[in-house]
Amino acid sequence: MIDGINHNPSFNTAGRKVGFFTSDKTRGYSGMSKAPPNSQYKQKQKFRTYILVFLAPACLVYTMFMIYPLLSSLGLSFFTADKAGNESFTGFANFIKLMTDDLWAPRFWGALWNNVKFFIVHSLVQNPVGLLLASLLVNQSLKGRTTFRTILFLPTTLSVVIVGFAWQLILSPLWGVAETGMALFGLEKYFLPWLGLEKYALTTLSLVSVWQFIGIPMMLFYTGLLGIPHELVEAATVDGASGWTVFWRIKFILILPIVGIVSVLTFVGNFNAFDLVYTTQGVLAGPDYSTDLLGNLFYRTFFGHQLQLGNPTMGATVATMMFLIILAFVLLYTYVWQRRVTSYEY
Amino acid sequence: MKRRKYNSGPASRVIQYLTLILFSALALFPILLVISNSFKTRKAIFASPLAFPTPETFSLKGYNTVLLRSNYFSYFGNSIIVTLISLALIILFGAMAAWALSEYKFKGNKYLGLYLALGIMIPIRLGTVAILRLCVSLGLVNTLLALILVYTAQGLPLTIFIMQQFMIQIPSGLKDAGRVDGATEYRIFFLILPMVRPALATVAVFTMMPIWNDLWFPLILAPSEGTKTLILGAQMFLGQFVTDWNSVLSALTMAIVPVIILYIIFSKQLISGLTAGSIKS
Amino acid sequence: MKKMFLLFFISSMVFTAALFATGAQDGAAGASDKVTITIESWRNDDLAIWEDILIPAFNKHYPDITVVFSPTPPAEYNSSLNAKLEGGTAGDLITARPFDASLILFQQGNLATLNDLDGIDNFSSVAKSAWITDDGSDVFAVPMASVIHGFIYNADIFSELGLTEPETEAEFFDILEKVKADGRYVPLAIGTSDLWDVATMGFQNIGPNYWKGETGRNNLISGKEKYTDDQYVAVWETLAKWAPYMSKGFEAQSYPDSQNLFTLGKAAIYPAGSWEIGVFNEQADFNMGAFPAPVRNKGDELYISDHTDIALGMNSTTENPEACKTFLTWMTTKEFAELYSNALPGFFSLGDFKLTLDDALASEIIGWRQIAKTTIRNSYQILGRGEPNLESELWVNTAKVINGTMTPEEAAKTVQDGLDRWYKP
Repeated sequence: MIDGINHNPSFNTAGRKVGFFTSDKTRGYSGMSKAPPNSQYKQKQKFRTYILVFLAPACLVYTMFMIYPLLSSLGLSFFTADKAGNESFTGFANFIKLMTDDLWAPRFWGALWNNVKFFIVHSLVQNPVGLLLASLLVNQSLKGRTTFRTILFLPTTLSVVIVGFAWQLILSPLWGVAETGMALFGLEKYFLPWLGLEKYALTTLSLVSVWQFIGIPMMLFYTGLLGIPHELVEAATVDGASGWTVFWRIKFILILPIVGIVSVLTFVGNFNAFDLVYTTQGVLAGPDYSTDLLGNLFYRTFFGHQLQLGNPTMGATVATMMFLIILAFVLLYTYVWQRRVTSYEY
Repeated sequence: MKRRKYNSGPASRVIQYLTLILFSALALFPILLVISNSFKTRKAIFASPLAFPTPETFSLKGYNTVLLRSNYFSYFGNSIIVTLISLALIILFGAMAAWALSEYKFKGNKYLGLYLALGIMIPIRLGTVAILRLCVSLGLVNTLLALILVYTAQGLPLTIFIMQQFMIQIPSGLKDAGRVDGATEYRIFFLILPMVRPALATVAVFTMMPIWNDLWFPLILAPSEGTKTLILGAQMFLGQFVTDWNSVLSALTMAIVPVIILYIIFSKQLISGLTAGSIKS
Repeated sequence: MKKMFLLFFISSMVFTAALFATGAQDGAAGASDKVTITIESWRNDDLAIWEDILIPAFNKHYPDITVVFSPTPPAEYNSSLNAKLEGGTAGDLITARPFDASLILFQQGNLATLNDLDGIDNFSSVAKSAWITDDGSDVFAVPMASVIHGFIYNADIFSELGLTEPETEAEFFDILEKVKADGRYVPLAIGTSDLWDVATMGFQNIGPNYWKGETGRNNLISGKEKYTDDQYVAVWETLAKWAPYMSKGFEAQSYPDSQNLFTLGKAAIYPAGSWEIGVFNEQADFNMGAFPAPVRNKGDELYISDHTDIALGMNSTTENPEACKTFLTWMTTKEFAELYSNALPGFFSLGDFKLTLDDALASEIIGWRQIAKTTIRNSYQILGRGEPNLESELWVNTAKVINGTMTPEEAAKTVQDGLDRWYKP
């Protein structure tokens, strides 16, 4: 994400406070931090039309095609509709129904818990492996690292239709791709129809999702690691630190802000996820809702399925809950994690 | 000694290569599986999915069906137009907004930044009906412009967020030098834009894929034959009772290849941006 | 570099403006005298049949009406249709699922009444029953076809192993056992991954013999019978006995997997709907036969599921109601019935005509109407309009019974409890 640093390595993102909502200028540890804040110059002016010009197109398109439609939909969560489709205000009734009703609550809490598990697998597998690959790729003397990087990012570019289809084919107990593969290592007796078993389906899909999206943390860590100045690493090495120590004590600390950003992006992505489960397991997220994520619950509720007509007001309630959960995590990140990380600044 | 062990010891070097090769194989295998099976007869796909096509099992039936039964090139053109124009608008509008937010101090700057980041957190599908109504009232249904506007709106929050992180790092000396020379703020913006080229490439790679691969909005906003995108077109082969896996695999392959080419183009940009920076240092 | 970006900027702006212009032109072109009507459908499999056969046949009579068949991938049909109806962009004619799902569309004012449509009387009251209000006062779609459940088998495997079509359930399981003992073929090609196939081609396929077709279905509606009654629990008990004869790993076997398993000659029996015939004819290179769901004991009356499945309604906000009605009226004719039933073997026209079907398997299956009493799926009429949705409950719980993660009694109780939540007979 932060590869701009390479234009001027003395401005290192790694040591800089990278806030989710940072808008004021916070300098890194570099000597340049003594430079006067560049806003001084402009504060003398009065009304600055160009600011408006710069902001207007983005704000306009964004407000019209994203915020307005989203607000008008989120607002639905406070309404309920009768059979003819007439809506009336109900306050928080939908939220109470979603969290306590014996029909809705198991689906909602089940999906939320599944989502947490989905996120845990991504945090434990996707991000560490992404970091590992990035730290291998960043090694300048490694031959063919461009090729490796291109290949490793490739799955991220694919449509979920293709990903779902390919993995279903691979994991299918009928066509034997995975089983044959496992037999090469004498492991065929451990083969199971994972996607069809309540116990394994969600973990399996999480791993497929990791397979697809590992390119994103890898790229972000990669650019972060590239930005670490050689002098720092060399200084530490001269002091006798081992490669392992250098990595954890210096490099990792320096890319901690990126670790934070990756976590936020992973969380946001995971709690909005829907496509993969939908393509491979269908609308009802089988077996027995064991792969149901909040995104799938939202979709099923909002748009309906087969003989079940959509329920936009309850769907909007699910979406509002998703929004609040994500917002809570982002705020937590901004106020707890980010504050702690800033203490590593030089 | 220890440094060598970390960087270039023969044993660890072998492990490094093995790790990369293993993960690369894992990344490539499913893609190759789809591509290789798309050239086989239906029987051969299921009899031996792992085998490469042989003269006996080779078949172009799937590609035939796809090319005959769908306007592949029209779909392809639509996808290209929508993806590239959305991308251009996202990058331009996003860079402009990020520039304003990171460069100028003004009242409400922080809140505007927060406002523009909100969109990262909500699935835009939720707003489908309102978006559709909006497009109806603007007469945009079944136009590519509807898709472009929605994707631009969808791509902006993350783009602005990422760009801001880059913009803050541009040394102020450069900008102030321009200002002393009497350049307008617009001119300065276009002067610094090339400096964040790697950021542009990163944003391009991250925002391009969801746009290219989206099925939902083409389906709702522009399902007509003339405005169909490639992924929507490929989806047509996944019917209610379909087992025509030749066509499905061929359609999927024909949808993969353009993305990979686009990605490699942008990826080269990304690499040149990165190396340009490190050479300077 | 700067120039490049300026060029980039300007060209994208010009492009956008050009698109605006073409968009406007499209709008203007639509307002010419020739009428175009669009059909919404989930049957994207039928695109070629509509384009090559049905629409040209219609245009021979009415050359001034352009008909566009615009299908949506089936998985997205309901959601995209709802969104389009709300946004006012849905097509002029709307393919309708039977009973409650379409009834709600009518009640919300999305479908027009077709009471006075010429030719609507070509359909019997049974055919119309799936697209009519509860009091029978308003018809809102022209019935297109029904589908019949049963079993399709690989006749080559049957003759190789010396098997004959079963009449009773005991004979059915005997066949499964023999195929299993032989070891080369999967006895039964069905899996639980997609949920709907075991409910539709399992539960609703063999069930009518247990609950005596319409009798049981009406008793469920009137409250005289419950899913927890013995005859319903017994259906799940029988389905649970299918599991040992299904392919290894059937828990992850999807519907297309089952189709491929059968059409590649690797499985003996396929629990079917008649809609499979078209696909199977194209893909299987062996002889096929079909038998209706076997009765429980010799001499029992035979019941089959002959489910009214698909119809075409008119969007109440269409700008071309006359053209739509012209098209719908043509759909009530024998000409359409014959073209449609033959182009899509296994989709049986619901009109009151004597049709000649070219396809052998299709005529065999439609022949069952002579030897069996027919019924429709019991989760569609009246019982399908509340939450939790009965159909979805049947999907999920039937799959669990076959997977062995739930007993038949538990499934029956869950389904009945769900129904009791909102349905008072």
